[in-house]
Order: sequence, then structure tokens, then C-alpha cells
Amino acid sequence: MQSVVFPNKILPYFLVAPQIVLTVIFFFWPASQALYQSAMREDPFGLQSNFVGLANFRLILSDENYLHALQVTIVFSVATALLSMGLALLLATAADLVVRGKGFYRTMMIIPYAVAPAVAGMLWLFMFNPAMGTLAYLLRRNGIAWDPLLNGDQAMVLVVVAAAWKQISYNFLFFVAGLQAIPKSLLEAAAIDGARGSRRFWTIVFPLLAPTTFFLLVVNTVYAFFDTFGIIHSVTGGGPAKATETLVYKVYNDGFVNLNLGSSAAQSVVLMVIVIALTAFQFRFVERRVHYG
Amino acid sequence: MKIVLASAIAATTSLLMASSAMAVTEIQWWHAMTGANNEVVEQLSKEFNEGQKDYKIVPVFKGSYPETLNAGIAAFRAKQPPAIIQVFDAGSGVMMGAQGAIVPVADVLTKGGYKFDKSQYLPGIVAYYSKPDGTMLSFPYNSSSPILYYNKDIFQKAGLDAANPPKTWPQVFEAAKKIKTSGAAPCGMTSTWLTWIQTENLAAWNNVSYGSNENGLAGVDVKLAVNSDFFVKHFQSIADLGKDGTFRYGGRTSEAKQLFTSGECGIMTESSGGLGDIIKTGMNYGIGQLPYYEGAGRPQNTIPGGASLWVFAGKSDAEYKGTAEFFNFLSQTKIQARLHQVSGYMPVTMAAYEDTKKSGFYDKNPGRQAPLLQMMGKAPTENSKGVRLVNLPQVRDIMNEEFESMLAGKQDAKTALNKVVERGNAAIQQAIGK
Repeated sequence: MQSVVFPNKILPYFLVAPQIVLTVIFFFWPASQALYQSAMREDPFGLQSNFVGLANFRLILSDENYLHALQVTIVFSVATALLSMGLALLLATAADLVVRGKGFYRTMMIIPYAVAPAVAGMLWLFMFNPAMGTLAYLLRRNGIAWDPLLNGDQAMVLVVVAAAWKQISYNFLFFVAGLQAIPKSLLEAAAIDGARGSRRFWTIVFPLLAPTTFFLLVVNTVYAFFDTFGIIHSVTGGGPAKATETLVYKVYNDGFVNLNLGSSAAQSVVLMVIVIALTAFQFRFVERRVHYG
Repeated sequence: MKIVLASAIAATTSLLMASSAMAVTEIQWWHAMTGANNEVVEQLSKEFNEGQKDYKIVPVFKGSYPETLNAGIAAFRAKQPPAIIQVFDAGSGVMMGAQGAIVPVADVLTKGGYKFDKSQYLPGIVAYYSKPDGTMLSFPYNSSSPILYYNKDIFQKAGLDAANPPKTWPQVFEAAKKIKTSGAAPCGMTSTWLTWIQTENLAAWNNVSYGSNENGLAGVDVKLAVNSDFFVKHFQSIADLGKDGTFRYGGRTSEAKQLFTSGECGIMTESSGGLGDIIKTGMNYGIGQLPYYEGAGRPQNTIPGGASLWVFAGKSDAEYKGTAEFFNFLSQTKIQARLHQVSGYMPVTMAAYEDTKKSGFYDKNPGRQAPLLQMMGKAPTENSKGVRLVNLPQVRDIMNEEFESMLAGKQDAKTALNKVVERGNAAIQQAIGK
């Protein structure tokens, strides 16, 4: 292979400059600030600040509320990813069978993706808020003690459903694309051999979809970790009694509501480490091991 | 040549613009008022700006109360704070803890050549927004006080006296039970702001200590006292009523108002500032003073909620003079009287209160005087001047979490309040840097 060398020594730097500038401004600069803040203790107005070393990290890691938030995050992420991917796969396989109005059906499926997280949260809140929700009223009338304002499990169900609903479209798109890439000849051969629908799905379609599924698993986990702030903020505000307070929500709450910037920064540094680990995991293991048909 | 000419013109124009801008000092006012209250802010600024030529008040809406406070703090950190910022009651301690970030309103008025006369202002409000030595720190722009609302139709259906609302908490609890058992409404009572109404005001109104150091007004190092038997009894009663739905929880701030306006609950305790929404529904409502527990000297007085205007440090003398002019403008009797009658918030000066009384406004709108009478009835004691913690929003959150867990039946009131004190004290110690 012929190696390409630019004759101009400056132009390449010039061309990558915008990307570098963006990365520096929107990643390196805030990340370094977070690192700096995480080693300081400061009053809200920044009038006094002391260097405290790793004290903020020690405090959060020994704080049972932080460990609780970690647990909440894991439950929330796993539930959201499984629910949204499961439903999306179901809908995608169903969409594959639709002959007429395929385009319409697919477009309708994609619409929720365009809804902002906070708005998605409000939609579900309007339906299920115990004080004003129409569906909440029906639930209560049918003898179900629906009260997510006090019942932590119900609150969790509500935010998981709202978060999963919003992500179904995205997963649906990828699954549809993944399904189209599966050679029809394989399925036909299996059908001739006498394999029924469900058997064809589990022995052929599902394994061949593995790369898509693994990719979506990582994307959905990152989504549930970081992009669901708006939903949680508008639906439960992390309540009741911290039942839906995820790690990201705690960063916000401690930093911007409780004005404890040092602790908030330390928590965001921990989150940064988690993201880096997740990404590295995806590149090193998932991408290599998954069989790309 | 052309270029030189053009730049010369540009330079002169910018000079001219600069000098005309210098003649008028702009004063930024960050606030959190929406809807009708926002119109009042705009209207007041306009009137002030048209009334004189030296200063221009520029009101800027910054979101909810906590968002406005956070925006102000961020701006101060970036060394670009507004001159005036509206901060809600719970944020007062945050602002007061930031010595060096703010200038007391009393000093601002002095800089503008005005003398701050404490006797002109309503005592309850002045006490809340002052240092222990009496220096007024912020200008009480919109103050409210919690009162009792009840649904007259539901009262009649339940066989209760619709002309006389219950006065004490035991009476309220009885009435709520009767509403529930008679089937007049699915829920007897609810309350907005369990923190502000059922904890901070409960303490003041019954002259019980909320925390040490005069609830934080005499010093930042506060040990909470909300796990005393008095509070435990009150919250256990609420938790017990919550078990069969006689009491229903609406949310941490004013969400419970919907439970009342929808006719779900017959009784509600809420801010006097919430009256507008209730009038709008056209329901047959009644108003009473905030309930209390019988005892010597009770009820004492309630403490103001709402928000006040703080002045940031590091601004120019001209800006402080303009701010003083503006506060003087706001203190005028006709402005205060109008604010009170239009917005439903309390007037902050005695003269405005007297004026409204004389105009016959209270005869036409009886409930409107209740919050004032509650707050002004008596000179405040060390338990009833107010609650001020450097991190009150955080402590309120801790309380809300424990209350939610209590109302969900996971713990009794004693456990919940003990946890509030333990976690709250730890948070306070951390916030004051110990």
C-alpha cells in the first residue's frame, strides 16, 4: 500500500485544528477543571477554597448515599436497556413482516426519538402523576395503590418506562438495519429444513444480530447513565427518598442544589472514569469477540 | 484616505455612544417571577425608568427560584454578577453565609443618601431579613405566609361548619377524618411544602425551637432540634392519617395544590401566594389562619416565605446609588399597596398596610389579611424570627427524603426526624467548613 504524505507541513494541522479546538474546549478544559475542583473544598461563591487532596473522594466513596446511587444507576440502566432493546427487537422483527405501509410504520416508530428527554418525561408525568394523571386516576379507581410520589419502586418503573420508550426508536432503527443485512438465503434454507419461526429467530437471526445487539448494549448503557437526566429531573426529581437518584442526578443535585462543588466534581471524575472504562471495554473486547457475519 | 475617514467616523460614533451610555447607569435585576408576577416586575421597572433619567433598571428572568440563585452564584464566580438578585426564603442563609459577596441593603440605602428606618417596615419581615444586630440585609420584595384553605362544598357534605374552619391541628385532623369517613371527598387534607409549612412555620407558630442559635439567625453553627417530642407527635399524626389516605402527599413544593383544586382533598395548608390559582378555578373555597397546637402564648407568629432582593458586592458607586433609588421607589406606599393588592403578596411597609386597610380592601377580600395578622400579631421570639441555614435548600431536601420514606410507611416519625437531625447536622457542619 502506498503511504500518503502531504507535501504541505502546516495544512494537515490546520485541517484537524477545528476538531482539536472543540475537544480541548468541550472536553479537556472542563475535565481538567473537574479534576482541579475535585481536590478542593470551596464555599458556593468561591470566596474561600482549600486544597483537601483526596478527601472528597474518600467522603463520597464512604457515603452510603453514593453507594445507593450507584445501585440505583445499575438497576435503572439494566432495566432501561433491556426493556427498550427487547421491545425494539420485537417491533423490528414485526416491521420486517409488514408488506404494505412499511415506510409509514417505520416513520411512526422513529418519532419518539425526536422528543427531548425533558419533554418525554413530562408526557409520562402527565399520564401517571397521582395528582393529575389520567391513567393514574384509572389505576387508582381499579384498586391499584398507584403513588410514585411515595412508592420508590413505582417511581423507578415510571422513569424506566419513560427512558426506555424514548430509546426504542433508536434501537429499532439499528435492529431494522441489522435484520436487512441478514441474508435471506440462510432463512430460506432453514425454513426448507423445517425450522419454525421462533427456531429460525433464535438460531439464525439473533446470533447474526449480535454485533448490533452489543453495540446497542453499550450505547443504551451510556444513554441510561448520562442522557436520562432530563427525564429523571422532570418526572421524579430523584425522589421519593432518593429512590431514583442516579449518579448523574446526584452530581447535579450536590453541585447545583446543595452547592457542594468539591463533592460534585469528585463524583463527575468517577463518572468520567466509568465512561472511559466502558468505551475501552467496547473497543477491546466487544468489537473483537463479536462475530460479524 | 477613505479607510482613515471611516475609522474616524466609527471612533467618534462609538465615543458618542459610550458617553450617552455613561449618562444612564444600567442596573441588572435578576428575578424568578413568572406570569402575572412577571408583569408586575416589568411594570415596576418601566415606571422607575420613566420617573428619572440617571438609572435604568433592566429586569432579567432567570428561571425558577433555585435556578436564579444558582445563576447569580455562577455569575459572581465569573466576576459578572448583576447588581440586584431575587433570592427565595431558603436561599437567604446561602446569601448571608457569603460575607464579602453581598452588600447589606441598609448600607446600600446609606450610600444612596437614604436612611434606613426599621420602624417603617413590618416587624416580622424585617426580623427575617436582618442580621442579629438588626442590620437589614436584603429588601423584602415579595413575602407570603402559609394559611389554611378549605373547600366549603366538601365541608357541607361532610356535615362540618363551612363558616368556621378548624383552628388547631387536632381539630383539622378530626375534620379530615370526618371528610374521609363521610365520603364527602376521597382525601381529608393535604399540604404543600412540608418543610416550610409543617416544619419551619410549625416551629415558629407554636414558639418551639427548630434549631440552636435562634434557628440560625444568631450564628451559622446550628444543631437541629426538629426531633423533639412536639415535632414527632405532629408528624406521627400526619403519617397515621396518611395510612388510609386521609392525608395525601402531593410533592415537595406546591404540587399538592392540584389535590385541593381538583376537589380530591377538602383541606390544604398552602402559601398565601397560592391564592390566585385557587380563585381562578372558581371553586367554593374558604380561608383560615394556619392551624396551631393549643398552649400558653400560642399561636406566636408565622415566618415569611417568598423572596427578597439582594445586592451583590463589587459594583460601582453609581450602581449602588441607583439601586438605593430603586429600593426607595419600591418602598413607596402606593407601590407597596398596589403590589399587595395585585399580586397577593404581603406589603412590606406599615404605611402600605394601613393604606390598604383604609381603602376597604380587606372588607371586600376577607382572607387577604390573614397572612399579615399571623405574621404581625406578636413581636417575634427567638423561635419565630425565621430559619436561616447556610444550606437550607439541602437540609430541606434531606427532610423531604425522610418524610417521603415515612409517608410510604417505611419508618415512623421518630426515626424519620432522628435521621433528619443526624443527616442535617452533618450537612450543616460540612457546609460551614468544619
